[in-house]
Parts: sequence; structure tokens; C-alpha cells
Amino acid sequence: MKYYDKLIFELSREGRCGFSLPQNRYPAAPELPAAVKRSSALNLPEVSEPDVVRHYTNLSQMNFGVDTGFYPLGSCTMKYNPKINEEISSLPGFASQHPLEEDTLVPGVRKVYEKMNEALRVITGMHAFTFAPCAGAHGELTGLMIMRQYHMSRGDFARTKVIVPDSAHGTNPASAAVCGLQVVQVKSLENGRIDVEALKPLLDNTVAGIMMTNPNTLGLFETQIKEIASLVHGVGGLLYYDGANMNPLMGVVRPGDMGFDIMHLNLHKTFSTPHGGGGPGSGPVGVAAHLEGCLKELRVSGFHGNFGVILKAYAYILSLGKDHLKKVGQYSVLGANYIKECLKDVYKLPIEGVCKHEFVFDGLINDGAREGVPGATTLDVAKRLLDYGFHAPTIYFPLLFHQALMIEPTETESKETLDAFIEVMRKIAAEAAEDPNILHGAPHNTPISRPDETAAARNPILKYQDTL
Amino acid sequence: MSKILEGLKYSESHEWVKVEGNVAVVGVSDFAQKEMGDITYVDMPEVDDEVSAGEEFGALESVKASSELISPVSGKVVEVNGELEDAPEKVNEDAYAAWIIKVEMSDASELDALLDAAGYKAQIGE
Amino acid sequence: MAQLPYLPQTKADVEAMLRRIGVKSLEDLYSDVPAEFLHKGAYALPDALSEQEIRDCFAALAAMNASLKVFVGQGAYDHHTPSVIPYLCSRSEFLTAYTPYQCEISQGTLRYIFEYQSLLCELTGLDVCNASMYDGPTAAAEAMMMAMAGTRKKTRVLVSATLLPQVLEVVKTYAKFHGVELGVLKADNGQTSLKALQEELAKDDVAGVLVPSVNRYGIVEDHSGFAEAIHAQKGLLLEYCDPSALAVVKTPGEWDADVAVGEGQSLGLPLSYGGPYVGFMTVKKEHMRKMPGRIVGQTVDGEGRRSFVLTLQAREQHIKREKATSNICSNESLMALWVTIYLSLMGPEGLREVNKMSSDGAHYLKAELLKTGKFEDVYPGKPFLKEFVLRPKTESAAALHGRLEKAGFFAAWPLEEGLVSFCVTEKRTKEETDALVCAIKEG
Repeated sequence: MKYYDKLIFELSREGRCGFSLPQNRYPAAPELPAAVKRSSALNLPEVSEPDVVRHYTNLSQMNFGVDTGFYPLGSCTMKYNPKINEEISSLPGFASQHPLEEDTLVPGVRKVYEKMNEALRVITGMHAFTFAPCAGAHGELTGLMIMRQYHMSRGDFARTKVIVPDSAHGTNPASAAVCGLQVVQVKSLENGRIDVEALKPLLDNTVAGIMMTNPNTLGLFETQIKEIASLVHGVGGLLYYDGANMNPLMGVVRPGDMGFDIMHLNLHKTFSTPHGGGGPGSGPVGVAAHLEGCLKELRVSGFHGNFGVILKAYAYILSLGKDHLKKVGQYSVLGANYIKECLKDVYKLPIEGVCKHEFVFDGLINDGAREGVPGATTLDVAKRLLDYGFHAPTIYFPLLFHQALMIEPTETESKETLDAFIEVMRKIAAEAAEDPNILHGAPHNTPISRPDETAAARNPILKYQDTL
Repeated sequence: MSKILEGLKYSESHEWVKVEGNVAVVGVSDFAQKEMGDITYVDMPEVDDEVSAGEEFGALESVKASSELISPVSGKVVEVNGELEDAPEKVNEDAYAAWIIKVEMSDASELDALLDAAGYKAQIGE
Repeated sequence: MAQLPYLPQTKADVEAMLRRIGVKSLEDLYSDVPAEFLHKGAYALPDALSEQEIRDCFAALAAMNASLKVFVGQGAYDHHTPSVIPYLCSRSEFLTAYTPYQCEISQGTLRYIFEYQSLLCELTGLDVCNASMYDGPTAAAEAMMMAMAGTRKKTRVLVSATLLPQVLEVVKTYAKFHGVELGVLKADNGQTSLKALQEELAKDDVAGVLVPSVNRYGIVEDHSGFAEAIHAQKGLLLEYCDPSALAVVKTPGEWDADVAVGEGQSLGLPLSYGGPYVGFMTVKKEHMRKMPGRIVGQTVDGEGRRSFVLTLQAREQHIKREKATSNICSNESLMALWVTIYLSLMGPEGLREVNKMSSDGAHYLKAELLKTGKFEDVYPGKPFLKEFVLRPKTESAAALHGRLEKAGFFAAWPLEEGLVSFCVTEKRTKEETDALVCAIKEG
């Protein structure tokens, strides 16, 4: 990767053009009246096509993707994105369909939704899915709306609380708040699982439901799920499954069988569609049979969700079939446990035992701290990893541990890749023990070094025009 | 060790109060600013807003955190420190000079529930 | 059964890894899962398909769909996509990256988002843009929640009846659960009524007012007096825009709006049956801290080099959790890149030309349709660009629409009021437009 310092605006020269349009053969329409016409200048860049191609190619070369190297970002499931899926999603028969076209005009499109619905029902054990949500958090919000809608449709307006474990993804409490629900936190036990005894007193007829991630964000299976489900259902609440961590359960365990009433999936995690630098994603929501009515009533996005993403996920499911589905789950768990076992003598493993697709270390065992030299932190380890050509794990999440380092390898990485990562992680631990300053200064080999984030937040420069 | 000024009142949520007649001048303690690290923004109420003892009246933000400001007293905001809008770093530089709001107290007896310097020192364990 | 090419583990690898972990089998890795939840037997899925079979399967599905000439807009517009865009957006450094958390190896993503923010601010005439929203309707819903978050005293948000139906419906869904009371502003001669607005504002409970810049009838709305009236009551003016049209129509900045939101699809995104699209939001600087979503800012690195980072993060869900006013995290980053490259290629001239050709085509079509004597012009004299409505006199809206489908056109979209909506973009040639007029005449 090399540093490249242009912005597209700086390539602009008056009179240059990068577009090609046919000759206008229509008679001229009347001008817009002055009252509704733009009068301010329009300072968009004026650049040629080769300028544009070279500029964005240069920008891309400062980026790291799954195709560049190992990306063990916990809770993000950065698995390989199959290329055939890209090819099929750009077929004109899909890409050129207007979203208002009636079902009879687009039977091929409708078939994809229908088949996808069927496949997800089989994989998750839920009864029906909506594909309208455009991301995981959007799915969570939709799922919670369904939860509230269900209670309200039964004339039960008192259920305004939702229980969220302290290890939950930040989107869980935020989605609940946006949905008008009051968040009640339930704490985790020393072993990283929900404290069922602490849950019991929180349960009454004001509880709309509980949001759970299983395996949770520590990568641990909530072993008492059966009791939790029966307790929550016992007071009339519903169970919501955050599907961000569905990957290890592929082909092995179904949320529907564990008693969950509502769930979302992240097609951009579990179902291999590319993350695109932060979207487009797709967050279909599945419900148990008694909630199907509520699912159909809600409109949460413009048309039919991110169809292009749904297509790719469907192609992925077809490539897995019933034969490979289980391998996805099993190998994702295999890789995570392998890394954990190979590193737990140099990184603090707060909770022993078998993990699922990811696990959390609580920083270095020996951070190298000494007189006048602070020890190496999780941030330092993350930045040093970049020097060695790996993406960093998720850091400082979950909040249960101060130096959290959350590692998720996914099933598409070879043993050689995992071994190389393990070797580098051990090398970094050795560097920290010897001289933490090597880590404090990292990264050293990236296009930029650590930027001044405080300055960025104190004096926001948020567009090119602010720099002129 | 963080600085604790004698003669001020302190809340358990790390705000300090300086009483000037019926007006409470409110800021955050040196301990709190150290815990936050580089402060990037101070979210403040508007003049004439009502605040209540024990309730949020704003927030301190750093790059990676947001911490609520809890009002130690009830009353009406009569002045906010506009200087902090463009220079939040002043809270880091001198937390006791960088007052945040001035409140016209509706119930001065609420001050009795606050800690004195020694009590606050004990609370933060220094 | 062949191996899946995405899974690199050999039998020897699996055995070695299991040994290192200290378990005997892959099944043992699930020893913590209660046995009753372990799925028994095979999943009822089809057999795995090879790449060739997948290619054939989707080619067949794609071929089942109609291939009509599109003369409908209603929030999704068939504009030209320069070939450079998909080419660059498919670069795997962009495509296969996650959200730019590790800024030192994400400067590509961060720079294009900064460019995107700059371009959208330029189009809308406002100060601050976020890294994108899911789509136009959800961006509108976020604007509504943002207006509510900015006030402690107001309880209502007003929405114009001239907004696209999907925008109104999504805003209504969010409002119901977020606890926002909505008021609907009536239309007067095809545009949001200032008089109705003033009456509603008199109740002094309005946090924000959402109105379309170009509305569902295609009419370019005149919002003179709106901002003054709304600001006098300490509410926010929220403009819903077609960003392509902002090259020529009065901008939210020029209307003195506080927030602009809209659907970015018109900036060169394929129709794709409704997604992925990209919502946008820009705001006046004073509302920056209440804005949802990710924002990229410029700073310097340790060596003083210009660098870009995610900034103002203390607003966001991962820090604020239940105190956040929005839950958005992943957005539509790659589609923001799409829009950025589109605007770079088109430049001011290209974007104006797209508007002119579309508008010329639409005005020509409307004139030709009126000449047939089969339509009534319901909003004569109202300014429009690429989209307009007429009332069919000799057949129902639905009958006309259905008849044209059989003739190879997706046109004359029926609106509830018995009107039909037409749209012409620069992709529609004069021959195609003439053919549409012919087909309508023949019926």
C-alpha cells in the first residue's frame, strides 16, 4: 500500500469532461421559473475519464479487504466473498427491473425471494422472513417493531421494556430505544453467560422481550437458553435472536428450535455478500408462525430491500446446498478454537473452554510495562498487526473486559493463514515484553501512521469546501 | 493524584459546585477530566432551560466516549460557558476554571446532600 | 461430493487442528450445546450446485423477467450508468473491506466518503453530510427522529401529502414506534400548501416539517415562506430531494432548510428492483451533533500528512447505546462510492445535461400525449422536470398501464387519485418516446 494524497476536486480543470451522452433530439423545454431554480454555483469536479479511473484505483490501493489478506474482525464474519455471486447480481434481467413492476412481470425476481425465504426457513427454523431491512441494525429495529406490534395487536400496551445482556452489540440497546422501548440490562456471570438468577426478578408483564446473541459476543454458547426461553415466555415476553453470530450455528443449530420468536440475519456476514466498506448489507427478519401477521404489516424501507445483495446470498446458499452447510459452521468454530489454544499462553483468556466462531482475549499477559514506559495495550497490538499485513481484530468490545481483543477467523481461512497469524501474534507479544515502545509507535509500514483523532473531533473538517 | 479544591461542593458523579449567593456554578472535577482524556466537545443546555438535581444536563465527549453531566442542583440555567464550545480543551487544562453552567437554585438545601472536599477525596479513593 | 472451493481445510489440517485443541471430532466443538438443540439429520436444502450450474440457474431466472422500456419514476429512475462505475466499484479493495475502523489501512474508503460528503454538501447547499443512509425513505425517517431529538417541548412532525407514498409509509412506521405524532399537510393545486402549514404551526407543537423538493406529481415545489414560518416556531425544515435534480432546482440551502434527505439512486445507480440504493442526509452545521450515522473528517497523521478518520463518534450507537437517537451503523458505503464516481464523471455540465435531456423528453411526451385528446392536464403551468402526471379520460389508469405493459412499456403508473405518472430520462430516445405515444393512441 502506498500513500496517495489527491482528492478528486484537486484534479479538476475547467472545461474537462468525463461523461458521454447521446445527442439531445427533443425540442427544448421551457426554463424553470426563477422562484424554483438553482441560483448558486455548482462546483462539482471537472475531470476526464482516465483521471477518474486512475484516482479511484490509487485510492483503492490504500485499502485492505478480505481479498487482500486475513481479516479476523470479531462479530463481523469477514469470510471470502465468492465472485460468481457478483457476476449473477449484475445480470441485466435483474439489474434493470423497476421496483414497482408487478409480480407477473418479474417472475424470476419473485422466485429468488420465494426460494430464499424457503432456504432461510430451513436453515434457521423460523416460519417466514421479510427482506425489507437493509442492514443488521435495520433488521433489529424491524424485529423489535414486530415484537411491539404483536403485543399491541393483543391489546397489551404495558410491555415497554426489553431486556438486553451487558455483553450485547451496541446496536441492540440503540435499536430498542429507537423503537420506543426501555432497555433493562441483565448482567453476565463470571463464565460469560447471562446470569439467569439476575434475569428472574426483571421478568414481569411489562417485559416485551429479551434480545440475545447466541453464541454471545464472547463467542460462548448460552447454555441455559432453554431455561431463559421458558422464563421469558412464561411472563408473556418474546425472544429476539441477534443473527450477527449465526455463522457457527450453520448446519448445526437452528434459532427457531431454541425457542426464538424473532430473528435477523446479516446476509453480509453469514451469507458471504461483500461488506463494501460498510454496506450495502441486508438484514432479513424471520419470525415464528404466530408473528407472521405482524411481519407483513410493516413497511421499513422504500421497496423490496437490497435485492442485489439478496441475489448474491441466494447464489451462496445454492453453492453450499445441504452438503456443505454444516462445514461452514464447524470450520468457523474449528479455526477460532485453534487460534485460541495456540495463543492463550501469551494473551489473557478470561474464560476457558470451547468457544464458537470467535473468542475474546483481555490483552497481553506481559504488556512490558516498566518504570517510565507504559505497557502495550490492545490498541497497540491491533496497530502492530497492520504492520505485519493482517487486519486487526475487533478491539475494546465487548465492554466486559478493558483490553478486549475479539478474534473471528471464519471458515474460509487455511491452516497456513491461521498459523501465520498465530506466529505474528506471538512475535508481537514478544516485542511488547521486550520494548512496548515498538508497539506504541505502530503502525510503521502503512500509508499513514496514527492520525490525530482528537484534532479531528475538536475542529471538524467534514468536506473539501472546509479546507479552502 | 488529581486536584481537589477546598471550599467547593462535589457530587458523586464528579461535578463540582461553587456557591455564589443563590447561583450554583457547576463544572466537572479534575479527576473526571483525567478519566475522560482529551475532551473534544461539551454538550451544554441553553439559557433558561430547567435542570433538576440528579438529572442529566449535558455531556462530555472524547474521541471514544461520551459521559453524562449530572446536575447537582435544581433550578434554571442563567448562563452557559460559551467559551467551551470552541475550546473544550479548557476543561482538560483547568477543570475548576472551566465552569460549564450557572444555575439559579430553586432549593438551596440540595447543597447539603453534596460532598465536601474531604468527602469527595475519600470517594475517589485518593 | 466435490469439495467447496471456498473451504481450504484438508483432512490432515482438520485433524491437526482438532489435536491441538484437544478434542476428538468436529462434533466435540459443540459439546456445550444441549443435545436437544443439535439438528438431527440433513437440512431440507437442495444439493450443492457447481459454478456452472449456478450461472445457468440465474441466467434462467433473469430471462424470466420482462424487458420493458421504463417510463416510470416514482422514486426510482432509469438514468444512464457510466461503465467506469461498476468497473471501479468492483475493485476488491473497496468491495471486500469492512467499515473503516482501522484508518491506517482504510484511507481509500475514508477518502471517497469524504469526497461523497463534499459532493452532497455541494448539491444540497448544506454544511455537513454523513457517510450515507439505507435509502431515501429511511433517511426521511431519520430526519424526523432527528427533529424530535433536537427539542424537548415539541411533539409533532408534519409531513406533506405530496411526498412519495413509500416515503410517507416508512416515516409513519418509524413514527408509530418512536412515539412521534405525525400531521399530514394537505396539497393545494399539486403542491404542499403554505396555508395548511401556517395553520398547523399555530399549534406550537411542531418539531419539524418534511416536504419534497420535487414531489410525487413531478412538480418542482415552491417553498417560499416555509423556512420563515417554521423557524419562527423553532421547528426544523426537512427537505426531501432528488439529488440529480438539485443541479437545476433550488437547493435546500437556498430554501434555508435545516436538513436535506433523499434517495441517491438517481445518481447513476441501476434500478435493481429497488436496491441496493443509497439514502443521503446533509444538515446545517448547527445540527451536526444531532446527526445520525458515520461521518468522516480530515486530520493529520504523526508525520503531518493529510489523513481521514471516522469522527464525532460520541453521537453513535456503539458509544451512546440506549441513549443514541439512531441505531444506524452499516450504511450503503459502496453505493456512496458509486455516487461519488458518478458525480466526478458527470461534473456540473454532465449533470445539467442529464436534467435537460430528461426534462426536454418529458415536456415533449406530455405535449404529445395532450395532443391525443385522451388526457386532461390536471396541473397546467406547474413547473416540472422529468416526471409529470395526467388524468386519462377514455380509460382507467390501471387499464392504460396494463395495456402498455403488453405493448412493451412500463409506463403510466397509476396513482390513487386516478392519475397516471410518466417519467422520461436521458436514456429514452425520441424513437422510444414516439413509439409510446403511438401505443397509447392505438388503444
